[in-house]
Amino acid sequence: MVAILSKIATSDGHGEKSPYFDGWKAYENNPYHATENPDGVIQMGLAENQLCFDLVQDWLKNNPQASICSAEGLYKFRDIANFQDYHGLTEFRNAVANFMGRVRGNRVTFDSNRIVMSGGATGAHETVAFCLADPGDAFLVPTPYYTGFDRDLRWRTGVQLVPVPCDSSNGFKITRQALEAAYEKAKEDNIRIKGLLITNPSNPLGTFLDRDTLTSLVSFINEKNIHLICDEIYAATVFAGQPDFVSVSEIIEEENVVCNKDLIHVVYSLSKDMGFPGFRVGIIYSYNDAVVSCARKMSSFGLVSSQTQHLIAAMLSDNEFVDKFIAESAKRLATRYKQFTWGLEQVGIGCLKSNAGLFLWMDLRQLLKEQTFEAEISLWRVIINEVKLNVSPGSSFHCPNPGWFRVCFANMDYQMMEVALSRIRTFMLKNKESATPTTTRPKKKLCWQTSNLRLSFSSRRIDDIMMSPCMSPHSPLAQSPLVRARN
Amino acid sequence: MTRNHPSTRPEHRKPAGATAMRLVVPLQGVVQGRGGLILGSLIPCALFYFLQFYLKRHRSPGPSSSDPPSPSTSSSNLAELPRTLSRSSLSSTRGSFGPARVSSRANSVAKPTDSLYYIGLDKVKQDPYHRTDNPEGIIQLGLAENNLCLDLFEKWVSENLTDSIMGTNGGDLSISSIAMYQPFDGMLELKVAMAGFMSQVMGQRASFDPSQIILTAGATPAIEILSFCVADHGNAFLVPTPYYPGFDRDVPLRTGVELIPVHCRSSDNFIFSISALDQAFNQARKRGVKVRGILISNPANPVGNILPRETIYDLLDFAREKNIHIISDEIYAGSTYGSEEFISMAEILDSEDFDKSRVHIVYGLSKDLCLPGFRVGVIYSYNESVLAAAKKLTRFASISALTQRLLIPMLSDTKFTQEYIETNRKRIKKMYDSFVAGLKQLGIKCANSSSGLYCWADMSDLIPSYSEKGELELWDQLLNIAKINVTPGSACHCIEPGWFRCCFTTLAQEDIPVVIERIRRVAETSTASG
Repeated sequence: MVAILSKIATSDGHGEKSPYFDGWKAYENNPYHATENPDGVIQMGLAENQLCFDLVQDWLKNNPQASICSAEGLYKFRDIANFQDYHGLTEFRNAVANFMGRVRGNRVTFDSNRIVMSGGATGAHETVAFCLADPGDAFLVPTPYYTGFDRDLRWRTGVQLVPVPCDSSNGFKITRQALEAAYEKAKEDNIRIKGLLITNPSNPLGTFLDRDTLTSLVSFINEKNIHLICDEIYAATVFAGQPDFVSVSEIIEEENVVCNKDLIHVVYSLSKDMGFPGFRVGIIYSYNDAVVSCARKMSSFGLVSSQTQHLIAAMLSDNEFVDKFIAESAKRLATRYKQFTWGLEQVGIGCLKSNAGLFLWMDLRQLLKEQTFEAEISLWRVIINEVKLNVSPGSSFHCPNPGWFRVCFANMDYQMMEVALSRIRTFMLKNKESATPTTTRPKKKLCWQTSNLRLSFSSRRIDDIMMSPCMSPHSPLAQSPLVRARN
Repeated sequence: MTRNHPSTRPEHRKPAGATAMRLVVPLQGVVQGRGGLILGSLIPCALFYFLQFYLKRHRSPGPSSSDPPSPSTSSSNLAELPRTLSRSSLSSTRGSFGPARVSSRANSVAKPTDSLYYIGLDKVKQDPYHRTDNPEGIIQLGLAENNLCLDLFEKWVSENLTDSIMGTNGGDLSISSIAMYQPFDGMLELKVAMAGFMSQVMGQRASFDPSQIILTAGATPAIEILSFCVADHGNAFLVPTPYYPGFDRDVPLRTGVELIPVHCRSSDNFIFSISALDQAFNQARKRGVKVRGILISNPANPVGNILPRETIYDLLDFAREKNIHIISDEIYAGSTYGSEEFISMAEILDSEDFDKSRVHIVYGLSKDLCLPGFRVGVIYSYNESVLAAAKKLTRFASISALTQRLLIPMLSDTKFTQEYIETNRKRIKKMYDSFVAGLKQLGIKCANSSSGLYCWADMSDLIPSYSEKGELELWDQLLNIAKINVTPGSACHCIEPGWFRCCFTTLAQEDIPVVIERIRRVAETSTASG
């Protein structure tokens, strides 16, 4: 007899059968290396932040006591090795609360007693779902959204995700109408909506919500008496020179905002802002005491190693370092973003104007043979196999419009970025030669672009460029009614 | 709508007499053959049903909510928790929908715990014993932690690690390579080191293949992940008693898998019998519950004994016959001090021809290696599908890369680990011998055990009545008068009252006489009055 396994073990809830993972496999089979494999596939599908390791390295050199394995820190070894209280080290919670506040410009403070650990943000999302919803319940999620949610929020919890389509025609903004429509439709289908999940700043868009939109979301969830889960994992990746990021924590403290705080929950992590995904530091910050209590008990399934807690506690309570890190990281991300988008503009590729994140949302609609998801996947395979870049197709994020790709730029050095850009350049020129008239850009556009100063280039102009010849209302490619929005 | 329903018009609110007339008149019609019988029965029935319908609609909180699945006591718990409303949601345009509802799991967890295991642990936190600073505090004997060998680590770290762990010397061990995404189920070098370590711990009598290892953030998620892989919500595991109280919280909480206790007796030294397993299996089947596996701790917790070879053979046969899994938690494999040798499932499966696909071993570094804070657990399985699924599930519970980097050289240093294992065993034995001898002075005997960080003491002579109630009273006296926290057998589902688990590896040698004296306080009053 064969031993029987569970439904969870035998289902596809892990999501690894999706085509999204073909790109990973292509990369793993042939990874780029500057000297050893210069023709390999460049990884641009992993949102990692590697731009500021030198700052962390310096800090570690100057603060050996933060490690329990150094001569200076060894005296703490036994206490730390022995510490398994699921509340976490007090200094760790204080440091994380402090860091979260500073990332938000000290416009809001966080209570260290509400800091609950989890196995990365992955574990945090799953735990919050376990705390808020029963099997069969659902969360509304605006599209496009991070692919991992399909697995992390649904696999073991039995919870469903109901997409709220956001369209490229208005910059993928979340509209009240779309929320209401999705909510009502779910009700008709007898699906019980328990909450709304947003990622702010957004993955994959790289934009963050303005004050009005966020306030309107808060009022929406209060009206429906459903929860609001805000994944703010990219909070410190806002580019230098951009407006301040507005956290949901700020909104609910405002005088004119009516909000039942028991509905508000923040998911956080150090994987993106600090670039420490390997440390598995996930944080659940809930304003609901029952959720804090439940999540804390469940944190036994994914506690942060006390050794890591000790290190993070020291690092994130060093205010001088934290402020310097946040500012420098914001600058480097801004620079990298400008460099990359400029390089793309040179060859006529536009992106959604964004102001945060470790990636950009690239618009390749003009390269699609037809405005369908099949065409998007074919283009994607070309990009992986010929251009040798692992980017992520919009369909893997449930994007309602085909032709968009997420491209990560913070997991590489300047040289690798240049290689990636030159490959794109080559591809676009080749494409132009064999392209039909509607997809060829007129020469005057190139002249117009080269006359632009790099720093003053605004991507609104890119949209103008992209909207003309290729995307004009008269173009047969634009906004075709044949395009099926994927839900 | 129903307010205006004809059936709820004022006529049924008239005095009873008038209503009665309304019934009687049509009934009179029956007698006179005017079809009043039908009206006479229909009208009251209709009134009854419409009354219920009306009341139900106006009792529910609102159209968008449905009846909560959990009992109302839990909802009132939520209402009592301090709520941080900036303004009451009553002022919203749609009106109040009641408190924010969480999941039924969250509701059940919100109830205060009734497990004496956890209550005792909390009490110690409030008033912990300290030899100099708080000599009247509560001495912790309820937490199976091993503090005896931490000095060995300090020595090893200072001799072997410089800044290489933190990567400040650049190169391969730079912070960038440590901090980035790693395989969720652990670095290959650590799996290799762990396989070697586990084999060493088990005296080289079992061998472990690194490709069958999944590393997790502690044994707690290891057990949960295995449960998710082999059982569905509503299925059950058989668990021989007495068992580790943590199973009650860790296994059913999110998996929905029920734990069915299979009672064992002191006459068998608390070793389960196959007939008891069989009986429990059949009883479960009768009430429609599918048993999907057996969960055992070997070496046992709280008793501290080791399963004999024959029992393991019988267990494997039983599992094959019923087509169920065996999850063997072997986390105390290296904490043996007696003359008996520990026999791992792996040792049996290496040498004998049993069906391996249903056996899964759990291990970790919290007990044998005194490193509970580092969160290092192991799933070792012979089933490819379980390994594949478990590997994907480790994304929710991975070991910190920083900790992996520390452990790779440590576990690979076989000279150190061998010395550690031997020293650890010696020190545990020394504590065990002193502690058990001390209890013997008080007339308290312990079960025959040869492993673990605790002893299983029979205090049934001291309990006021031979019942769970009596045991609870003694526990309370020990906690509040003797000021020691021990784990009562009832928290471990022990069927015989009066047994207590006493962990001694968090003590120093000089603390033992203090503990014995304190127990004497209670023992003497109990025997005097008992």
